Amino acid sequence: MVPTNFYITLSAILFATGAMGVLVRRNPLIIFMSVELMLNAANLAFVAFASQHGSLDGQIFVFFVMTVAAAEVAVGLALIVQIFKSKHSINVDEVNSLKG
Amino acid sequence: MPQLNLSDFYTLLPAFVLTGWASMLLVLDLFIPRGSKGLTAFLAAVGLGLTLGITLVQAGSSSLGFNGMVVLDGFSVFLNALLLVSGLLGIALAYGYVRRMGLERGEYYTLMLFSVVGMMLMVQAADLIVVFIALELLSIPLYVLAAFNNRSPESEEAGLKYFLLGAFSTGFVVYGIALVFGAAGSTSLYGIVAAAASGAPTLLLSIGAALILVGFGFKVAAVPFHMWTPDVYQGAPTAVTAFMSSGAKIAGFAALLRVFAVAFPSLTADLTPVLAALAALTMIVGNLIAVSQNNIKRLLAYSSIAHAGYILMAFVPYGNPQVMPVSVAAGLFYLVAYAVTNFGAWGVVIALEKEDGKGLEISDYAGLFWKNRPLAIAMTIFLLSLIGFPPTIGMVGKFYLFRAVIDGGFVWLAIVGVLTSLVSAYYYLRVVVTMFMQEGEPQAASEFWLNFTWGLTALVTVIVSFVPQLLFEWASNAVLRLF
Repeated sequence: MVPTNFYITLSAILFATGAMGVLVRRNPLIIFMSVELMLNAANLAFVAFASQHGSLDGQIFVFFVMTVAAAEVAVGLALIVQIFKSKHSINVDEVNSLKG
Repeated sequence: MPQLNLSDFYTLLPAFVLTGWASMLLVLDLFIPRGSKGLTAFLAAVGLGLTLGITLVQAGSSSLGFNGMVVLDGFSVFLNALLLVSGLLGIALAYGYVRRMGLERGEYYTLMLFSVVGMMLMVQAADLIVVFIALELLSIPLYVLAAFNNRSPESEEAGLKYFLLGAFSTGFVVYGIALVFGAAGSTSLYGIVAAAASGAPTLLLSIGAALILVGFGFKVAAVPFHMWTPDVYQGAPTAVTAFMSSGAKIAGFAALLRVFAVAFPSLTADLTPVLAALAALTMIVGNLIAVSQNNIKRLLAYSSIAHAGYILMAFVPYGNPQVMPVSVAAGLFYLVAYAVTNFGAWGVVIALEKEDGKGLEISDYAGLFWKNRPLAIAMTIFLLSLIGFPPTIGMVGKFYLFRAVIDGGFVWLAIVGVLTSLVSAYYYLRVVVTMFMQEGEPQAASEFWLNFTWGLTALVTVIVSFVPQLLFEWASNAVLRLF
């Protein structure tokens, strides 16, 4: 059996990749994919810990995370489409009318 | 097999009623003609009022529901009532504003109700699963509301920024919960504290708690997680900003306090210095950047960041059982003071706002005193309350806060608080001076519910400062259920 540590290390790497992606990428769609990567890193950790503890709580949490992520996608994509309609671009560097 | 019975439903009754009401309103709104969406607002307010009644009936009871997933205690009743009142004030502010700005659509009120449900659930959450669900339930409607003015690029931009950073912070919360679950083997707050007492790995638990703190730091706009706040508060329709700057902050702090006080008392040594540093940094940065703002919405946004720092002070002594009850009461009192003052100040901003984002510079307030005395006096009261100047509720709130922090042994933090309040006097008084001493022709909108809101909050701000004992006693009775 693969030790839990391996899973947690992999999930930490995925989480860090996602967080870096959010910070460096300029396209909201890619940023959003990076956020999904962070959530899925957490899901991996949940499942690994759930099997280690022999408790189902972690696996149930994963279902909640997936459902909520889907709800977030619905709102997020709608916002991005709306912005694309008015600006014909979704580069976050060009969405910059608010500053100071 | 665990059984559900009626008492489980009683613990969450306000949230159930409001959810049902909001869902019904969503359907009913389809049959309300376009021009009379005021009816939707009225029905939404009735729903909030009904829920407020149920919440007040629950006062004094203390129980766990749904196998320890949610909790009903004095703390939750107090904050639920505050959140529902915030919702009512939010509707009162929005009623005329959305009509004037041409944004009148029925979904506005329904989304607000759903967001309030999320906030109430957050206050009652006793399990990290529920904390997470509630966090999303309160945030997702707010993303939509921030982008509600879809003719304005600023509003869309605010929605996108809020959404991306909100989703980012959710990632931190979820990963933090995963690590805490890994360390403790349970997501229940009471299970976590039991596991920590019987030797769960402290390092994993600390990292998890720190990640949760980062996530909530984004939600309550604590420095260094505040970058989104000024942009979102400026771009979002003002009535939405008023609602989210109070409601989301109250719910975020409530969840933070319950999670930390109930689940992580064993991590005090690690987390207290972090919280103290966050509070000090938030007060300093928020107040210093506010000095250079010329737009009233941005000014109030930085002011709200600074106030997140003051409220965070109440959390710093959370691990000290002698001081904790007093500091929680001081924190709750300050949340009430902040919510009341904040709604009033945003109400004045709404009164002076014109279409297309005009009327929002501080220079647009010139001569307000000579054109509209009640409005200028009300604004002065709110700004004095935000500084913490007598005779206002903000002064009393700061007094209780500083006293609690000094009792907890953090004298330096209280000194930082006083010094940053002095700095804040500069930029708040600049607005007052503009209103009284400069010449100008400001035109204020006069709508019944808007005038009612700023008038009422101004009265409360002053009157409560003379009889603060009553409110403080309520706050002191609003204890957390710790086991």
